[in-house]
Amino acid sequence: MTIPITPELVEDHGLKPDEYQRILDLIGREPTLTELGIFSAMWNEHCSYKSSKKWLRTLPTTGDVVVQGPGENAGIVDIGDGLVAVFKMESHNHPSYIEPYQGAATGVGGILRDVFTMGARPIAALNALRFGEPEHPRTKHLVAGVVAGIGGYGNSFGVPTVGGEVNFHRCYNGNCLVNAFALGIAKRDAIFYSKAEGVGLPVVYLGAKTGRDGVGGATMASAEFDHRIEEKRPTVQVGDPFTEKRLLEACLELMATGAVVAIQDMGAAGLTCSAVEMGAKGDLGILLDLDKVPTREVGMSAYEMMLSESQERMLMVLRPEKHAAAEAVFTKWGLDFADVGRTTDDLRFRIQRHGDEVANLPIKDLGDEAPEYDRPWAEPAVPHALDADAMGEPGDLAEALLTLLGSPDLSSRRWVWEQYDHLIQGNTVQRPGGDAAVVRIDGMDKALALSLDVTPRYVDADPFEGGKQAVAECWRNLTAVGATPLAVTDNLNFGNPERPNVMGQFVRAIQGIGEACRALNFPVVSGNVSLYNETHGEAILPTPAIGGVGLIADWRQGATLAFKAPDEAILLAGAPAEGGTWLGQSIYLRDMLGREDGAPPPVDLAHEKRVGDFVRTAIAENLATAAHDLSDGGLAVALAEMAMASGIGAAVELPASSHHAAQWFGEDQGRYLLTAQTGDQQSLLERAAAADVSLMEIGTTGGDRLALPGAPALSVAELKSRHESWFPRFMA
Amino acid sequence: MKSALILFPGTNRERDMAAALKRAGGRDPAIVWHGETSLPDADLIVLPGGFSFGDYLRSGAIAARSPIMPEVIKRAQAGALVLGVCNGFQALCEVGLLPGVLMRNTSLKFVCREVKLEIVNAQTPFTRAYRAGQVIRCPVAHHDGNYFADAATLDRLGGEDCVVFRYAEGTNPNGSQRDIAGIINAGGNVLGLMPHPENLTEAAQGGTDGLPLFQSIASGFMERAA
Repeated sequence: MTIPITPELVEDHGLKPDEYQRILDLIGREPTLTELGIFSAMWNEHCSYKSSKKWLRTLPTTGDVVVQGPGENAGIVDIGDGLVAVFKMESHNHPSYIEPYQGAATGVGGILRDVFTMGARPIAALNALRFGEPEHPRTKHLVAGVVAGIGGYGNSFGVPTVGGEVNFHRCYNGNCLVNAFALGIAKRDAIFYSKAEGVGLPVVYLGAKTGRDGVGGATMASAEFDHRIEEKRPTVQVGDPFTEKRLLEACLELMATGAVVAIQDMGAAGLTCSAVEMGAKGDLGILLDLDKVPTREVGMSAYEMMLSESQERMLMVLRPEKHAAAEAVFTKWGLDFADVGRTTDDLRFRIQRHGDEVANLPIKDLGDEAPEYDRPWAEPAVPHALDADAMGEPGDLAEALLTLLGSPDLSSRRWVWEQYDHLIQGNTVQRPGGDAAVVRIDGMDKALALSLDVTPRYVDADPFEGGKQAVAECWRNLTAVGATPLAVTDNLNFGNPERPNVMGQFVRAIQGIGEACRALNFPVVSGNVSLYNETHGEAILPTPAIGGVGLIADWRQGATLAFKAPDEAILLAGAPAEGGTWLGQSIYLRDMLGREDGAPPPVDLAHEKRVGDFVRTAIAENLATAAHDLSDGGLAVALAEMAMASGIGAAVELPASSHHAAQWFGEDQGRYLLTAQTGDQQSLLERAAAADVSLMEIGTTGGDRLALPGAPALSVAELKSRHESWFPRFMA
Repeated sequence: MKSALILFPGTNRERDMAAALKRAGGRDPAIVWHGETSLPDADLIVLPGGFSFGDYLRSGAIAARSPIMPEVIKRAQAGALVLGVCNGFQALCEVGLLPGVLMRNTSLKFVCREVKLEIVNAQTPFTRAYRAGQVIRCPVAHHDGNYFADAATLDRLGGEDCVVFRYAEGTNPNGSQRDIAGIINAGGNVLGLMPHPENLTEAAQGGTDGLPLFQSIASGFMERAA
């Protein structure tokens, strides 16, 4: 039976009339249904980056440590001793909103495969989550499902989930964000790529069987949500971490045999994307015989098989002489291994089913020559900086601090990360709750620091400054644990790019990210773009999450944020004379005064670098006994976090100012808190002066209370109780 | 000390366990695939943590029916030391080497955190390097760690000094009956526990409270060899 290709059918595949015309021009005839499905899968926003490519190209992607920049399954940086770190972050937003457990679980599964398909054993996972306001009826359900899904997959697979972010805002009510990050370690001389080489070589299918789950998933991820959302549930895939764990072990064993010419995991648009990727990159054609694909349902059509997003599958080009050894590995692990095609020299993507050719398409046009748009964009209107005099003062500094520590965005995330196995593999040096997670490289002294960051309310107010800030904060978090920042992956979550104002947010945020990455020598080596994050026309806050990786030569040399001992000096680095000045777009302004206005704090990148380099050196030379970056909630919250992590109190003072709220809760950028043993602070102050970094002594550690000036001292136990209670109470 | 570590598909804490064994005993364990039907010469047989067979039926249930298990039972009955941690403990219960069962945590959620463990019995080959009554730090990471047995079995376990570890100081993370975290068989050679002492055996992991367990085993064999 031939299904006629009607304009409605074309539209249902997410293809615009001009894109369909382009298909007709390319192949000189009407496409078959299978071909239409393949074009739809390859040319949707999710796979083709057609709206974002032009701007992604402006990001800095090279550097001394960069082994592989964007364009592969994951980015790769050199970490010395013949090893590389392979990492990437990817969104699974739409599936997670529809079916939170499986959506989040398969998001984790997908990013892990991206890492181990390159030959790296995953050693750390993180995730950046954004949900709607706590009061929204769907929020609790989504939080519970997403967290359980991430844990359910990562815990069983056996990768430690060591950090991330969780935030709440009404703009995510109809569109939560689930951004999953994974990092693996490989030998520098044993990295595997997707580029096929050699004509007439077998194309082998590995892993789990193909079912009908996820058919059309990538197209779904490239459209806005509306009232038909429940109908989309069947497009969410189902994860099987047990199979993924076996696939990991089997792939690493297989790679060690020398059998692999090229390998690509099947993610979005499964068989289609992976086969096209391998062929197009290698300037080769691919011929697939779908009758040989292992299926778990009978009667699947070519269309369904080509668009299935069944999980835990890989495609590989095999050295024929190693066939038997390769198959034995997969048999041992109980996984499918099937010859499903071969490479050709005709640059065509040809599909056979029941002896008929159901698709015959130019492979390069599907892949690296997919359409690209220069979408119109509008310069965002940036608000003016707020006048500090017009802001009012906190009635009671202590009460304000307690309220913020117990607020949805600043309270402890223990409820979340205790559901993640963050200790497996035995290399977790800094557990969740610090500025960055620190994971040791197995059997070595060196360790990697990992952090995911973005402050969406800043990006919304000023996309350029907000983009800079996301990078700077990530760099700062890595610095605060003593790491040298190496490179980042980004996960750019925005609304509908066909709206010029959303496209304007995207363009300016990328420009900000690029500027900060260049200034901080922090190149972008991989990433993912998630557009159309809108429901009923309401866009999310622009959320370009930055995932940074830093290196610590010896894990013993890292710093943590906990106060270490009583009677140590507390020093504030990088701050203006008053300590803090900037309340625009701060958490204090939003949660205490109910205002979400003003310009966000600007980031002076030269200052950022100077202060960060000073802090890193202070940590490396054992002059700083603790370090903590200042971010949401400013100085008061940062002090409380250092006290809570240690059980040790502190007494602090700041220079006189008439703007107490800004001093204690302002979110000026480029600031850190350090502690030093008596005697060392003088040396630190001198070094800071020499480095043109502001450093002021603001207090002393000790006791079991945090005493801020003019306010009742708060017991550390009370701070903890406020900080720890919100999340469990909310989820109860 | 010669040890053999059983690997099931879905086992995922075998590297953590192997590192701890080597740290205490100086030798890498032999890795034995679940499909084997014989074991190498070994003083200690270890069933490490993980999600064998995905835990898709009941935790440890399919592992208990693996081809290697009859051999493990035979060795255990002959007096070899057998250690099951987490999923390994679940499998030892499933196979009947230890009484009781590990049910879903009362929270119904996976839990990974540090708890306090009381060393109830320091006379076993696994705990001789601890003191009775000593309280140590130890991580847990499991979804099904809620130890359950009927009252008579629990009474017998208590009476025969078969309870080796109890959650202490109110840190029972899973609802286990009588705060039981680890038990040993009546013969004193098969130990199962839910917590992960292997993940607290060196400074980089934040402490070494778990190391004496492995040192107990290793020194026992060194003494015997001497």
